[in-house]
Amino acid sequence: MLYQPIVTNFYDFRVVRDQDRCIQCQACVTQCSFEANFWDPDRKIIDSIHSKCVGCHRCEAFCPTDAISIQLNPSAFRPHGYWSKREIRNIYLNAETGAIGLTGMGNDMQTQPTYFDRMLFDACQVTNPSIDPLREPMELRTYMGNRGREVPVSKDASKVELSTQLSPLMKLDIPIIFGPMSFGSINLNVQKALAATAQAYGTYWSTGEGGLHRSLYKYGPNTIVQVASGRFGVHEEYLKAGGAIEIKIGQGAKPGIGGHLPGEKVLEEISKTRMIPVGSDAISPAPHHDIYSIEDLRQLIYALKEATRYEKPVSVKVAAVHNIAAIASGIARAGADVIVVDGFRGGTGATPTIVREHTGIPIELAIAVVDERLRQEGIRENVGLVAAGGIRSAADALKAIALGADAVYVATAALIAVGCTMCQQCHTGRCAWGITTNDPYLAKRQNPEIATERVSNMLRAWQIEMKEVLGSMGLNAIESLRGNRERLRAVGMTKEEMEVLGLKMAGIGM
Amino acid sequence: MACHLCEVACIVEHSKSKNIFVAFSEKPKVNAKIEVQMRGPLSFSANCRICEHAECVEACPVGAMWRYEDTGLVKVDQNRCIGCWMCIMACPQGSITTRVDHETGLRVSDKCDLCEGRAEGPACVQACPNDALVFEDRDEKLPKETPLRGSYHAYVGGEDLNFVD
Repeated sequence: MLYQPIVTNFYDFRVVRDQDRCIQCQACVTQCSFEANFWDPDRKIIDSIHSKCVGCHRCEAFCPTDAISIQLNPSAFRPHGYWSKREIRNIYLNAETGAIGLTGMGNDMQTQPTYFDRMLFDACQVTNPSIDPLREPMELRTYMGNRGREVPVSKDASKVELSTQLSPLMKLDIPIIFGPMSFGSINLNVQKALAATAQAYGTYWSTGEGGLHRSLYKYGPNTIVQVASGRFGVHEEYLKAGGAIEIKIGQGAKPGIGGHLPGEKVLEEISKTRMIPVGSDAISPAPHHDIYSIEDLRQLIYALKEATRYEKPVSVKVAAVHNIAAIASGIARAGADVIVVDGFRGGTGATPTIVREHTGIPIELAIAVVDERLRQEGIRENVGLVAAGGIRSAADALKAIALGADAVYVATAALIAVGCTMCQQCHTGRCAWGITTNDPYLAKRQNPEIATERVSNMLRAWQIEMKEVLGSMGLNAIESLRGNRERLRAVGMTKEEMEVLGLKMAGIGM
Repeated sequence: MACHLCEVACIVEHSKSKNIFVAFSEKPKVNAKIEVQMRGPLSFSANCRICEHAECVEACPVGAMWRYEDTGLVKVDQNRCIGCWMCIMACPQGSITTRVDHETGLRVSDKCDLCEGRAEGPACVQACPNDALVFEDRDEKLPKETPLRGSYHAYVGGEDLNFVD
């Protein structure tokens, strides 16, 4: 191709347009935010610059005559089991720019294992009856926080009374919470959809690192306000508005490094909410600069509790790393009410590719070891445990709960519900679906009413799916599944993997 | 979102073939009666506003532009239109266009007719992917002394067919 750096030739997608079906309406031209489609006035046709196509499928979805098909570029390197196209292109990028490669969304490596797909649920047959969720009550409600091992009560002739004060708990009518996605990384309209759905379904959504926009304060009781290392948007009113507070130490997509909102995405409203100048990169520091030890974490937890009069649960979110069991134990003893563990498949708006693909551990293993360690130390009931990082379906959610979680975070799936096609260009601020951008040309592509309906539909569908699976196992309460490894069996795992997860091999009975 | 799919739907609906693949290349050319107007990031799909006081009705010298008293919908009487384009100039929004009448071959005024007679309602509303266009059936009355038909009454003589009482 003329005047292009040689590496641009090895692009990923081709926009295949059937010119017989094309009516030149130019919907594809107006909708492509990456400027891959153009009207050629000389040839009087619409054509595409394939190297600009990121595979987001916006044009394909909008073409009224179905003339477009986005296809993988058939021009291929010689297949190599080691020096794959991915590895080759990363080196080209480094050589071309001298900079690190950024990307969006979670780890997409095909070579790393997914344990969820190697676990199967039990079902009731003959020896014990299943429960029909359409005809019998099915309890998905759970409470998360410091529940304590005992509930001391005093009894007299007429009544039973609680003889202690309970720690503040998070009430979840469904064990699914919308994971943290900041205003700036995603469209305010999408945050509105998550907040409205969380309120309607009796669960929570999280603000992420970007503060809480004024228009969302009305969803306060269902909002988890996040305090991350950059402390963006953190002020007294913010803390008071939330239903729970979350200290973000790390995230699964980039363990050990801080959040990143590229300057292109820091627009007027985001600048006001985060309290930073327009256009400046919002890079959160890797550690909190006032947390250099577990004692410092305890200090921050109690500082936040003091500031909010001990009325709100304080959770701590960490990325799943090698020593996660010991870390979780430390966090529990530091006074946190909830621990959120984010596995290596977790999503993000921007991360260096090299960190995303190669750090962290799978959430399945992390939750299993954390749950086991906390039980062994007798402190499991002092904290709630949330599994995050690539929950793709109600099945993944239930498996995470069976491995020990009280609830799960769902974030990437919620974005897919409003149209995301996982093209991994979130960091550019040019999301053609208007999901991960607040650019005024693109943001209105997410109609908040339509987005709310889609997210609510997804949650409703997952709720019904969860009830179906629970019912088929003969369980009528989600709390009966929590940590219940006996209801899962492993297929295609090594002995050691099964030991870490605490699962038996399929075929072995009770 | 400036996708212009409302315009596409309008053209197909009002074409002779009603076939999306040929509607755009039909001769005579079919114009869309709804137009996406843009300024910077702001885009708005504008069709006839069915104004309370319709400038186009008042401007028409031959009474080809008329409106229903009950629904207020403004229509072009293709038989009377002489192609003077006063209505096009009078419309404050620029929503009136032209078309070539199938039978006479003459170019006359044309405007949004809310897809009168279409079972699913206006084609543009159905086509909009972002719910930006909404069809609302409002219970409003036309104000008094707004013309139902242009200066035609001066040529009929006698009976005043024109004003809302």
